[in-house]
Amino acid sequence: MSLVHEIDYGTPASASETMVTLTIDGNEITVPEGTSIMRASMDAGIEIPKLCATDMVDAFGSCRLCLVEIQGRNGLPASCTTPVAAGMVVSTQTNRLKDVRRGVMELYISDHPLDCLTCAANGDCELQDMAGAVGLRDVRYGYDGDNHVKARDNGGLNAKWAPKDESNPYFTFDPAKCIVCSRCVRACEEVQGTFALAIEGRGFDSRVSAGMHEDFVSSECVSCGACVQACPTATLTEKSVIEIGQPEHSMVTTCAYCGVGCSFKAEMRGEELVRMVPWKDGQANRGHSCVKGRFAYGYSSHKDRILNPMVREKITDPWREVTWDEAFAHVASEFRRIQYQYGRDSIGGITSSRCTNEETYLVQKLVRAGFRNNNVDTCARVCHSPTGYGLGQAFGTSAGTQNFDSVEKSDVVVIIGANPTDGHPVFGSRLKKRLRQGAKLIVIDPRRTDIVRSPHVEAAYHLPLKPGTNVAVMTSLAHVIVTEGLFDERFIRERCDWSEFEDWAAFVAEPHHSPEATEALTGVPAEMLRGAARLYATGGNGAIYYGLGVTEHSQGSTTVMAIANLAMVTGNIGRPGVGVNPLRGQNNVQGSCDMGSFPHELPGYRHVSDDATRDIFEKLWGVKISDEPGLRIPNMLDAAVDGSFKGLYVQGEDILQSDPDTKHVAAGLAAMECVVVHDLFLNETANYAHVFLPGSSFLEKDGTFTNAERRINRVRKVMSPKNGYADWEVTQKLAQAIGLAWNYQHPSEIMDEIAATTPSFAMVSYDYLEKMGSVQWPCNEAHPEGSPIMHVDGFVRGKGKFIRTEYIATDERTGPRFPLLLTTGRILSQYNVGAQTRRTENVVWHSEDRLEVHPHDAEQRGIRDGDWVKLMSRSGDTTLRALITDRVSPGVVYTTFHHPDTQANVITTDFSDWATNCPEYKVTAVQVSPSNGPTDWQVEYDEQARQSRRITGKLEAAE
Amino acid sequence: MSHGTHDKLVYMANQIAGFFATQPEAEAAQGVASHINKFWEPRMRRQLFEILEQDANGLSPLVLQAMPSIRRPSAASTDII
Repeated sequence: MSLVHEIDYGTPASASETMVTLTIDGNEITVPEGTSIMRASMDAGIEIPKLCATDMVDAFGSCRLCLVEIQGRNGLPASCTTPVAAGMVVSTQTNRLKDVRRGVMELYISDHPLDCLTCAANGDCELQDMAGAVGLRDVRYGYDGDNHVKARDNGGLNAKWAPKDESNPYFTFDPAKCIVCSRCVRACEEVQGTFALAIEGRGFDSRVSAGMHEDFVSSECVSCGACVQACPTATLTEKSVIEIGQPEHSMVTTCAYCGVGCSFKAEMRGEELVRMVPWKDGQANRGHSCVKGRFAYGYSSHKDRILNPMVREKITDPWREVTWDEAFAHVASEFRRIQYQYGRDSIGGITSSRCTNEETYLVQKLVRAGFRNNNVDTCARVCHSPTGYGLGQAFGTSAGTQNFDSVEKSDVVVIIGANPTDGHPVFGSRLKKRLRQGAKLIVIDPRRTDIVRSPHVEAAYHLPLKPGTNVAVMTSLAHVIVTEGLFDERFIRERCDWSEFEDWAAFVAEPHHSPEATEALTGVPAEMLRGAARLYATGGNGAIYYGLGVTEHSQGSTTVMAIANLAMVTGNIGRPGVGVNPLRGQNNVQGSCDMGSFPHELPGYRHVSDDATRDIFEKLWGVKISDEPGLRIPNMLDAAVDGSFKGLYVQGEDILQSDPDTKHVAAGLAAMECVVVHDLFLNETANYAHVFLPGSSFLEKDGTFTNAERRINRVRKVMSPKNGYADWEVTQKLAQAIGLAWNYQHPSEIMDEIAATTPSFAMVSYDYLEKMGSVQWPCNEAHPEGSPIMHVDGFVRGKGKFIRTEYIATDERTGPRFPLLLTTGRILSQYNVGAQTRRTENVVWHSEDRLEVHPHDAEQRGIRDGDWVKLMSRSGDTTLRALITDRVSPGVVYTTFHHPDTQANVITTDFSDWATNCPEYKVTAVQVSPSNGPTDWQVEYDEQARQSRRITGKLEAAE
Repeated sequence: MSHGTHDKLVYMANQIAGFFATQPEAEAAQGVASHINKFWEPRMRRQLFEILEQDANGLSPLVLQAMPSIRRPSAASTDII
């Protein structure tokens, strides 16, 4: 094993298709027009010395180390800023160049400390490499003059010196080592798009500054790590490298946080993870990362991780550690007992959107072939199940239509109910890059999210709709497009059913769908809505990106269909730059849906009532599969309360914290006789569990994740499972204990079974992924290279289907007792229920959930910023601290759900999407009032959680 | 079936009917029936039939119209494995 080596070409690739031939050091080289001499040269294997150039940012031409001589031209042009030209003859090494470079290097080193042996960058320092490359042997200027290196100089304080900034929990900034190449500043601007860094001062006084001369953690820095990656010296260095040393081998793997699915190099020393570095060839992230994937992996070795299986009779008992064999035998006998006593359909399982495809496939197989029912569901139930239903109805597939690269070709981007700079930060950065190039932005969101207005980005339209009125707004947009004749008739006639279109067009054209009519309902000014509709329909390539603000509503599925209608009516489907793109919350939500996690579908979205599909699996598995749909998560809980559902195997999912109406979930779990939780931590659901099976982290197993663009990415094992078994092995052993003859030796064999049974995965295998890097399904004989864009020559279902979308108000209404609307979301530094990120240093950015309240509403209630407030709904109440902000409109309050002690879901109701039962998290009628402290429920919950985490023979486990 | 489950099933069925009532009339009842056949586990459909027989007042007219096309599950399965 060795480090995965990546070539730095010095400047970004040119997209030109015109080729140019030139000669560099006697080698004839052909490259795309617009390529720099530096890059062309590297292409030919000739590395020109450089310091300020790196291929993640545009050429800058400041370090003067990369100079070359060009025949027929005067002077020594910088190879990074000089584009190639046909017939050019370049020399990269002449006596004159050697002298100039050595002189430049000498100046750099005269203001740089010489502590190389004890420097954290030792072994990974470009400055040191360049000193070696140019043959620097002496620094004639000495080290006594003006410098930034020494704290004290000539007996006094050195005003030019600045101390090391260690405020960021993950990296340090040491100005003494800075050569002011400005790579970090440019990475922050060009790659991340935050503009947190700048060069302050001029000439010898210039230095890198975070924000307005602040420390890193107080500045706007979002800790994405791009600057650290760009830094050629030890100025910006990961604290983990300072602590451990340089890595000696690395493996490419996939981040286990959001649905962007970034590729990283896990850089290792033995089995110790030194750092995660985004991989340039990663086709989802193209070498970029966010604070979660780059730095927040500490949870995998956190002391709270449970490493031994545990069992208890009653949930009020303390846990008792047992051997794996005892745990499996106990679960098998309990599940069998329950099925004998209450019937075959009395148990079920929940697959995890955080686990691999292979693991998810095994859990649904365990339920279908072992439990012999279809009671399997997954966390997508509570997030993107309406996407599956809605897009399935309209287009024929339950997935986004584009790859992430597609955004580079978009002219108008519509974001609906999503907050990409927080929830999907790496995609957010790619989007902002495109917006800075001039693409237009429309944001439809009750809240003024960061992307509405951030440095060098401003939305053309922000439609701040009232929570719950999505369908009215979408249908109004369609109304404008149809009545103003802005639709793409040729596309519709070719790709869609014309008579369905006519029916739909007549429907949306009805006067009560006009923006003027819906304004009173939605709060969106009619003129603004008309402007947005015209822009999307006529502004060129229009792409829609949406999130849970669309799906988590009573009309979630209807909104998804309305979005599909908009894309079809404007012809924005089937080519780069357009499309309908659900932004998936978790790393493998797409994959867990693909793998047959839904109770009505076998892998590949085929209904259980389809005889031919069942036949494939029945032959392979040697059992009869039920042709009836199983219970969905909320139905399981209802059935549990009713007494007909008694046992549940939950892999990597915390339904007690993440699902709505906590009290109902708790009642359902408490009514069961055997709840098996398989997780890294004693999560909230485990408070109600009888068996705990320790899980393994994404670093500890092989597998694949499928991201929001349908990309199947490899997850590679870089260390042994701390708990002894990878999660797929745990499920396999559980299956064996209940009598199934499974014998997978490696996850690749599971993928082979998936490929053999699921047409859209037919060509996928670990060998093929090794060769291709990654592929986007469908990947089969018809699409051997995978499918970056879907519905290119026609819709998967044949003709695209226009569906009427009538607005039906949710029954969750405001009134005198509950006059405000609560909506929920997430924040950059935290992830989902926070089980992972709360166990990392990310808590410095978000240590508690806050309630955003508009100043007007706060004033009326006598609430000041930072005050404790009580938040009440028809379901329950909780307390948290207020954050007064005009990001939310008057009448709307907002919070995140990352911390279990806040219990935001005590507040949410059990209203749900009409088609999929996806909960209506985004609309709850509430009241807010000043408060002194935790509610009775919070106190009781906390005590119950503490009691239920006791382990016999161990001190109480801390959260 | 608890009171809560009864109310919830009625609510869910009516909510489905709410969507299909806005669709072209010829497809509405069939839409409700096939949606319920496709996504409701047998015990939920069985309970819906019990509601129909015992106390159908809460069900919307479109649900009632769809009932004949909803598949009635066999009596509660006593199969073990």
